[in-house]
Amino acid sequence: MADTPQNPAHARPLSPFISIYRWPVTMAASITHRVTGVGLALGMILVAWLLIAVATGPGAYDTFVTCATSIIGRLILFGFAWAVVFHFFNGIRHLAWDIGIGFKVPTALGTGFAVYVLSVLGAVALFAWGYHQAGLL
Amino acid sequence: MSIRTPFSRVQGLGASHSGTEHFWRERATSVALLPLTAWFVYAAIHLVGLPYQDAFTFLHEPVNAILMLLFVIASVIHMTLGIQVVIEDYVHTEGSKLVLFLLNKAFGWIIGVACVFSILRIAL
Repeated sequence: MADTPQNPAHARPLSPFISIYRWPVTMAASITHRVTGVGLALGMILVAWLLIAVATGPGAYDTFVTCATSIIGRLILFGFAWAVVFHFFNGIRHLAWDIGIGFKVPTALGTGFAVYVLSVLGAVALFAWGYHQAGLL
Repeated sequence: MSIRTPFSRVQGLGASHSGTEHFWRERATSVALLPLTAWFVYAAIHLVGLPYQDAFTFLHEPVNAILMLLFVIASVIHMTLGIQVVIEDYVHTEGSKLVLFLLNKAFGWIIGVACVFSILRIAL
């Protein structure tokens, strides 16, 4: 798109496209909220799998546990945990905006930054709790 | 001063004939999901490392089964509404949009029915 003008004499300034902007944390948090939302929808497949496995019997449950506790399973579950925490806290941020709270630029930047920090700390804390629950920590 | 007819105002639907309902359902389910997600996270971590019989017993408890049902139903409604907006924002071909809408609905129904059936099978 940007390279369409063939005659330099007629080259006109283009309106800035998304790639030209610096990414403030508010913009990053917005798209991360959407990405984590889609990720959590896919994560519901895991919730359904767990529930089906428990309803089916010990064999199906053991298959689920084997997959969930494998290295890839743990990585996916960590991503799931992080997405849950991020979407949870950023969702609160969106609900606050819906009732008109937190729109000042420093506030929006601060809460956005806080959500990223909280999501990482939260995911690590949840995993530590899970490991503790399994007697591994 | 509005040029909208009183009937149109009373309907409250706006130019797209829908949208406020979608918006409100998404917000209502998100508020419901705050406590439900907190419980789900607790429940999921509680299940870590449990042998089959203990996991079954946990989900067999009426309170846990009820909360799991509420969590799953609110989640499925919330995610179906959310993904519909994502499709509306990025897909502009009527044909593919319709197909994706149907797939989105199908996904929600399949996940919802699978989860609800399993929970009832465990609890009852």
